[in-house]
Amino acid sequence: MLRLKIFFKQFLAAGIRRAGALQVNGFYYQLSEEPMKVLVAVKRVIDYNVKIRVKADHSDVDLTNVKMAMNPFCEIAVEEAVRLKEKGVATEVVAVTVGPKAAQEQLRTALALGADRAIHIETDERAESLAVAKLLAKVVEEEQPGLVILGKQAIDTDNNQTGQMLAALTGLPQGTFASEVAVDGDKVNVTREIDGGLQTIALALPAIVTTDLRLNEPRYAKLPDIMKAKKKPLDVKTPADYGVEVASKVSLLKVESPAERKGGVKVASVDELIDKLKNEAKVL
Amino acid sequence: MSILVLADLHEGQLAGATAHVVAAAQAIGGDIDILVAGEGVQAAAEAAAKLDGVSKVRVADNAVYAHQLAEPMGALLVELAGDYTHVLASASTTGKNVLPRLAALKDVSQLSDVLGVESADTFLRPIYAGNAIATVKSDDTLKVITIRTTGFDAVDANGSATIETVDVVVENSQSSFVKEELAKSDRPELGGAKVVISGGRGMGNGENFKLLDGIADKLGAAIGASRAAVDAGFVPNDMQVGQTGKIVAPDLYIAVGISGAIQHLAGMKDSKVIVAINKDDEAPIFQVADYGLVGDLFEILPELESKL
Ligand SMILES: Cc1cc2nc3c(=O)[nH]c(=O)nc-3n(C[C@H](O)[C@H](O)[C@H](O)COP(=O)(O)OP(=O)(O)OC[C@H]3O[C@@H](n4cnc5c(N)ncnc54)[C@H](O)[C@@H]3O)c2cc1C
Ligand SMILES: Nc1ncnc2c1ncn2[C@@H]1O[C@H](COP(=O)(O)O)[C@@H](O)[C@H]1O
Repeated sequence: MLRLKIFFKQFLAAGIRRAGALQVNGFYYQLSEEPMKVLVAVKRVIDYNVKIRVKADHSDVDLTNVKMAMNPFCEIAVEEAVRLKEKGVATEVVAVTVGPKAAQEQLRTALALGADRAIHIETDERAESLAVAKLLAKVVEEEQPGLVILGKQAIDTDNNQTGQMLAALTGLPQGTFASEVAVDGDKVNVTREIDGGLQTIALALPAIVTTDLRLNEPRYAKLPDIMKAKKKPLDVKTPADYGVEVASKVSLLKVESPAERKGGVKVASVDELIDKLKNEAKVL
Repeated sequence: MSILVLADLHEGQLAGATAHVVAAAQAIGGDIDILVAGEGVQAAAEAAAKLDGVSKVRVADNAVYAHQLAEPMGALLVELAGDYTHVLASASTTGKNVLPRLAALKDVSQLSDVLGVESADTFLRPIYAGNAIATVKSDDTLKVITIRTTGFDAVDANGSATIETVDVVVENSQSSFVKEELAKSDRPELGGAKVVISGGRGMGNGENFKLLDGIADKLGAAIGASRAAVDAGFVPNDMQVGQTGKIVAPDLYIAVGISGAIQHLAGMKDSKVIVAINKDDEAPIFQVADYGLVGDLFEILPELESKL
């Protein structure tokens, strides 16, 4: 089966120059067994190694000159989508982000990692999970993906909401905190990392999945792929194009640093440690 | 104000987290009801009815709510939410899985991981791995909130709320339960333990985690781990402490062979007393440890066990 597919691919590749890529692609899709589009949502956030500082006026955290990156859980989402394509389960990977102009960097990263095209919904407003979910629901309606993969949590707001909200709004089933995703015909088995251990559920496709840390280990983008990514299609839209209001009814009143923990003392021996815990800290 | 608390269940029994969420509800003020949804949850409902400050326990006992799958649980909450100003759940994997669905279907935001209550509409929550605390005000008509249980002391269980049956039954053909592999342990639950001892990559392998057992036995401790230890397959995922794992705040936290990355600190830095055992005297964990012991864990742990 696999061999047959490769044969067709080569055969068709020869035809590309004459027939045009789109048409050829369309033809190829018809030949493959279960064409499935995968939509991945990626968010631009502060790099996970950066320790954030609060602004002096406590209005927010200070992001000036801070290194930004793709949210680590979104990297895992992109990797999973690309692997599904490499396995022949998915036929196209579409990356989408909601955010400022600069967020296109993260879309280019997704394209370099193997996504085929990207959608940028541009806004300078703070887009909270609900607004993002509403926008993604519109994209889902338009693109009709077989699977949508998101990160379980953005490491800036630490919300852990968007995938669940998207599932509710689209009426599609959800498999959150996934450590294994196995597409099987018209359903997907998702193994979830839950507080007590692992849980496996079966979802009817199309479905929404959010990634946990153990789902896969994302690859690094190679230089030639980074170059190629610059030429891949990237559509720019606005929330207004989708008729979605980004503003939320939650306002940020202030942001403070948590109570700073002072480093204590070094003890020289196990005996001293036990003594301190018993007589000073009184926790033993 | 009227508040609905979604009860947390652990293998069909009421989980300890719920008493903390009720405490958060008391801080908001108003009438407090608890929803217990699952299959065969009568005992959990009776336990919930004993929690102080609760007026009513509403029980949805039906096979469709078994394993608390997101789709039916979300639909049930939407049915009931009309009676309330606030819906609360703990920030457990169940609360996180279900509550955002209610919020989205009611077209309101959700506040995640709330660890402080200023008033009925203003709350404190950690952002950026707990490196900043945001004060947020919600003008939504329904407030949907997950609670970080370490922020609120559990209420006692001297109450006697009424128990009533909810007969909302929803359909679910979209998702189904396949299997569960739950960690079996006689040790206290990580979230509720008074003492936690965690191992990191420095433990070397899963077998070596046994070095923590004897100490945990003597201290009545729960055992945790860093992400690196889980990723390496030393221990299962349910032991991960940190920003994206479990949040703990015991009286005593002992970090063994853990460097102290911000993501790990996010899950344990509110512990009362922190002990770090690490061979690298520059390890960042020492910056938050009350007592640091520099040395090889393979020598220190056996000695500690024998001297406790
Ligand atoms: C999105 C994201 C989410 C994350 N979430 C979490 C999370 O929830 N929880 C979490 O823990 N991490 C999390 N991390 C990972 C985190 O960044 C660190 O990589 C991780 O905490 C490191 O684990 P460690 O300290 O065990 O390993 P290392 O950093 O490798 O440290 C091992 C330590 O062991 C010491 N050591 C080695 N041998 C010995 C010995 N014989 N005796 C004594 N000491 C010894 C070393 O000196 C070293 O300090 C997350 C990362 C990302 C990107
Ligand atoms: N602005 C955004 N643009 C695209 N995807 C997003 C955005 N915000 C959140 N997401 C997706 O939702 C996941 C969880 O984010 P959150 O629920 O906000 O913690 C992220 O890992 C992304 O996959």
